[in-house]
Amino acid sequence: MIKVQNLTKVFGSRRAIDGISFSIEEGEIVGFLGPNGAGKSTTIRILTCYMPATEGVASVGGHDVFNDSMAVRRIIGYLPENTPLDMYVRVREYLHFRGKLRGLDRLAREAAIKRVADLCWLGDFIDRPIHQLSKGMRQRVGLADALLHDPKVLILDEPTIGLDPTQIRETRNLIHELAKRHTVFLSSHILPEVEATCQRTIIIAEGKIVASGSPGELKDRIRGGSRLIVEIAGPDSQIEKSLSSMNGVDKVNATSDNGWQRLTIETRRGEDLREEVFKLVKEKGWSLRELRLEVGSLEEFFIQITAQQLQSRQQSALREGR
Amino acid sequence: MIRNVKALTQRELVATFYSPVAYIVAAVFLVASGYLFMDKTLVVGSEASIRGMLHSMAWVLVFAVPLLTMRALADEYASGTIESLMTAPVSDVEVVLGKFFGVLVFYAALLATTLMHVVVLFRYGEGDPAVVAFGYVGMLLLGALYVAVGLFASALTRYQLVAAMIGAGLLSVFTIIVDSLAIWQGGVWRTVLGYINILYQFEDFAKGIFDTKGLVFFVSGTLFFLFLTVKVVESRRWR
Repeated sequence: MIKVQNLTKVFGSRRAIDGISFSIEEGEIVGFLGPNGAGKSTTIRILTCYMPATEGVASVGGHDVFNDSMAVRRIIGYLPENTPLDMYVRVREYLHFRGKLRGLDRLAREAAIKRVADLCWLGDFIDRPIHQLSKGMRQRVGLADALLHDPKVLILDEPTIGLDPTQIRETRNLIHELAKRHTVFLSSHILPEVEATCQRTIIIAEGKIVASGSPGELKDRIRGGSRLIVEIAGPDSQIEKSLSSMNGVDKVNATSDNGWQRLTIETRRGEDLREEVFKLVKEKGWSLRELRLEVGSLEEFFIQITAQQLQSRQQSALREGR
Repeated sequence: MIRNVKALTQRELVATFYSPVAYIVAAVFLVASGYLFMDKTLVVGSEASIRGMLHSMAWVLVFAVPLLTMRALADEYASGTIESLMTAPVSDVEVVLGKFFGVLVFYAALLATTLMHVVVLFRYGEGDPAVVAFGYVGMLLLGALYVAVGLFASALTRYQLVAAMIGAGLLSVFTIIVDSLAIWQGGVWRTVLGYINILYQFEDFAKGIFDTKGLVFFVSGTLFFLFLTVKVVESRRWR
């Protein structure tokens, strides 16, 4: 549904996005994750035909975003970051105007407005001026606008930013609901957000895609994989040695604590060796008081990436300073 | 095309009516036109025409029209609504035309209020209907050109005040400044400066003469500035 190939956008001397490629199939719900300033909005603005790319091609529903821009705009529903709306009019008037731009006649508009008003719970404030509405309500109006023409593809830029926890949960449920009928591509800089809503995540940092896959796949790729935490009492020298020689063990770290040995075991492929460890302890006749598998979280991975990004930025700042 | 322009024109008109600036401009316009009518026409011995009023209004509009147009595009950029607008299936040309007609309709409504002076004129004097009619045709053409220049200025910046100043500045060049320069020049330059002088081109319409040269000037000038506006709007997406 969405195809992006080697897309690059240069602002002055800064490369906002740098040769990114990805594709999204019909019916997928994909999260676009990255720290602030990573190039998420730039990518989205190219996909929605707001700005042209410097290099590379992108297409939505088989239409090129540059050469066949009107066809792309017709099948996309887009919620821009910060939800810009016409402040002086009422919600209903705004939706009527947007419907006209979408080529809907009066009857079709009224039906469409009724449908999106139910979907986005606009009932209470559909006849109020937009400038009176709270941030959460405006977000819902923006979403209603994006859904007005029942688009094939829904592109949402930071759909939950600035909402309170209840509204975030409601919006998430709504997005889940929408994913049944539309292909959804949403951006966020908050990880749990993407983890909770998306089947697949594309992680972008410094204008480059650093990882992509389902939350499960991404977890496998996390450096260091998962770890075993074990506390054993027994002859100190033997414990570390026999654990290190176990099949699949990569590294063992041991610390002593009042006669107990606390060991962190890193496995090669994130294997779960709890049973093997228990068998070993039983065989040797040691005591065991903790045996736990610590799965690395996507959060850690994300923080790692963000930290790398910060580091490289500081380094380049230092270089320029000289 | 037409459907989109119509929808955009309506939106622009609604936005204009919601903006306090429009009411201030309307008030100034009414006071100015009323005063000018009294001063130039309602005087013993003056001719029964609105020529003097229209001619002076052309000066007032140099500063009034940019105040009407300053919001049009600058505010779209400032509030970010340009993004939802330009990602909907509408072309840049349609957006600019919609804004142009939106402000022009408001201007025409303002102009229509001066028709009460015409009523007074024909009630108490013997005015020439043709002179009045062509005067209004001229005012509409002049207004269209002013609105196009104002829109161009509004496309250049996200600050409304800056847009108004650029617009008034540009219009001053084509009216006041060109006029003063012409006095100091001779020969070809004088002719050229005279040709791009908006007020000079408007003169014949105010006198009640239908002037093809003036018509071509206003229509081509309006199209030229609308074209520039579209180009500026287009170029802003490349940055």
